[in-house]
Amino acid sequence: MKMIISAFRLFIVTALASLALTAQAQLSIEITGAGASRFPVIIPIFENEGRLPQSVTDVVRADLERSGLFSLVDMGPLPLPESVMPDLAAVRARGADAVLTGSLIPMSDGRYEVRFRLFDAQKQLELGAMALPMSPAQNRIVGHRIADFVYEKLTGLPGYFATRIAYVIKAGPNFELQVADADGMNAATALRSREPIISPAWSPDGQSLAYVSFEQKKPIVYVHTLATGQRRVVANFKGSNSAPTWSPDGSQLAVVLTKDGLSQLYAINADGSGVRRLAQSAGIDTEPFWGSDGHIYFTSDRGGSPQIYRIPASGGSAQRVSFEGNYNVSPRLSGDGKLLAFVTRNAGRFQVAVQDLATRQTTILTDSARDESPSFAPNGRMILYATDSGGRGVLSAVSTDGRIRQRLTVQAADVREPAWGPQIR
Amino acid sequence: MKKLIVPALLAMMLAACSSTGPDATGAAVEDRSGAGVATVTAPGATGTGIAALTDPNNILSKRSVFFDFDSFVIKPEARPLIEAHARFLVQNPQMRMLIQGNTDERGSREYNLALGQKRADVVRQALMLLGARESQIESVSLGEEKPRCEDRTEACYAENRRGDMLYSGEF
Repeated sequence: MKMIISAFRLFIVTALASLALTAQAQLSIEITGAGASRFPVIIPIFENEGRLPQSVTDVVRADLERSGLFSLVDMGPLPLPESVMPDLAAVRARGADAVLTGSLIPMSDGRYEVRFRLFDAQKQLELGAMALPMSPAQNRIVGHRIADFVYEKLTGLPGYFATRIAYVIKAGPNFELQVADADGMNAATALRSREPIISPAWSPDGQSLAYVSFEQKKPIVYVHTLATGQRRVVANFKGSNSAPTWSPDGSQLAVVLTKDGLSQLYAINADGSGVRRLAQSAGIDTEPFWGSDGHIYFTSDRGGSPQIYRIPASGGSAQRVSFEGNYNVSPRLSGDGKLLAFVTRNAGRFQVAVQDLATRQTTILTDSARDESPSFAPNGRMILYATDSGGRGVLSAVSTDGRIRQRLTVQAADVREPAWGPQIR
Repeated sequence: MKKLIVPALLAMMLAACSSTGPDATGAAVEDRSGAGVATVTAPGATGTGIAALTDPNNILSKRSVFFDFDSFVIKPEARPLIEAHARFLVQNPQMRMLIQGNTDERGSREYNLALGQKRADVVRQALMLLGARESQIESVSLGEEKPRCEDRTEACYAENRRGDMLYSGEF
C-alpha cells in the first residue's frame, strides 16, 4: 500500500510541476475513477536519465497511472539498465507483475538512443524490447511512445498516449481552438476568434482539423492545416454549413448544409469541390459520423424525435440504430466498428451512452446531466466528452465499461467540443 | 469572402506576435517538439448600420422574433415587426438581410444548429410572403452558440429562442 501511495505522490508532484511550468490555459487532469483491478508495474528511472533536463520515465508513469489500468510500484531510486537481467523474484516480492528496464545511450550528435525492455515477472519472460532515438527536448513524446509500448504489451490493445486532442476554450468573449497532447500538456492555439468555433474533426492523417467557425456571422466549414496555420473554406453555401466528418481515406468530408432547405447531409471533396447529396428526408438530418465500417451514422428527427440512423456511405436507404428514449444524438463509432457512443436524454439529463451494435445492448456510462460531443480514443477503450461541473464546461473521459473516469479542466475558462485525434504510427 | 485563406507566412507572423504579448499560450506553441501548431487569428466582420435602422424610436431598430420552446411558429405579437421589415426590404431592394436563428443551450450543439435554422427559415418565409425577394434574404443558424442571456433560467432560455434580422453592413 505504501508503495502505491508513494507512486501516486510522485504522480501528483509531476502534475504540479507541469502546472507550474505552463500557462493558465493548460488542461489539468484529475482521476475520478479507476479500473476494478489494476496491473501492478515497476518503472524505475532509466540509466543516464539524469542527464536529461526533463524526465522520460515520469511521463511513462503518469500516462500509465492516468489510464486507470495500472498501479505503480516503487523499487527504489536506482536505475535498472535494459542490458542487465532484472531480479524478477525481487519484482514479485514487491507485489509487481511486470518491470520496465532501460538506458539512454548518448549518440555523437547530442541525441540519445533510449533502449528499454519489458518483463513479465510472473511468467518470467521478456515481453519485448525497443530502441527510440530522442533529442533531450523530446522527453514527453518519447515517454508517451514508451507508455504506448507498455500498455500494448500488457493489455493487448494499442496505447493512446502519443495522440493529440482538440477542443474549444471559451474565456470571456473569446474562443480558442486548441490542440494538446492526450495528457493535456503542450496545449497550443490553432485559431483565436471573437465568434464561436464548434465541431472540430481530425483528418485521418492527424495533420488537419475541419471545424465550423462563425467568424463571418454564419456557420462555415473550414479545413485548417495545423503545422502551417493554412486554412481553406470547404463549405460556404447559402444558409448554414456545419458538422464536418472525414471519410476514412481523408479525401472527402460529409457535412450538413441548408442550401436546399432543411439541414441535410452532403458529401464534398476535401478541397471544397464536388458537393453531392448523401440522404434525403423531410426532417432534420445532422451530426454525420463517417465510420470505418463504411456507414455514415447521423442524427435525424424524421421519425418525430431525434434518433440515430445510418446509411451506407456509397448510398442506400437509412436504417434506424437507436430505439430507447426520445432524444439520442451525436453518434460516434469506435475504430473497430463495434461500439456506438452517443448522447441520450434520460429523465431530463443528457448522458453519454454506448451501444454494442452486435447485441444492441445500450449502457449509460455517466451520472452527469449535460454531456455533449463524445469522441473515442483511437483504441476504442476511452470516450472523451464535454460536460458541466459547477456551472463550468469541462472535459471528461470515461472507459467504455464506465469504470475509469478522468476530468480535464482549464482554469477560469469553459472547455467544450473535444475531439480525440487519430493514432499516427 | 475576403481574406478567408490566410497564407502560412501571415500565420507564422501572428504566432510570433502572440508569443510576445501577455497571452501565455504563445510559449506553449514554441514548446512543442513534434509537429508544431501555428496560431491564426480569425478576421472578424465589422460594418456600419443605417440611421433609420438604429433609431430606437423606429420599429426597424427592433430585430428579434421570439419563439416558444420547441416551436417554430411566429407569434401574433411579432407580426407588426415582420411587416415593417418586409416593407423596408420591398422599398430598398438593394438591401440584403441575414436572419440568424438561435436556440437555448439544452441538448446537442449541432442539433440545436439545425433547430435554429428552422426558426430563421420561418422568419424568412414570412418576409417573402410579404413581398421581400428571395435573393435579398439569407437565413442561417447560430444554434446555441450566441446566447443573449447566459443564466440557466426559463426567462433566459426564452430570450435565447429567437431569430435576429441583420442588414448589409451589419454582418
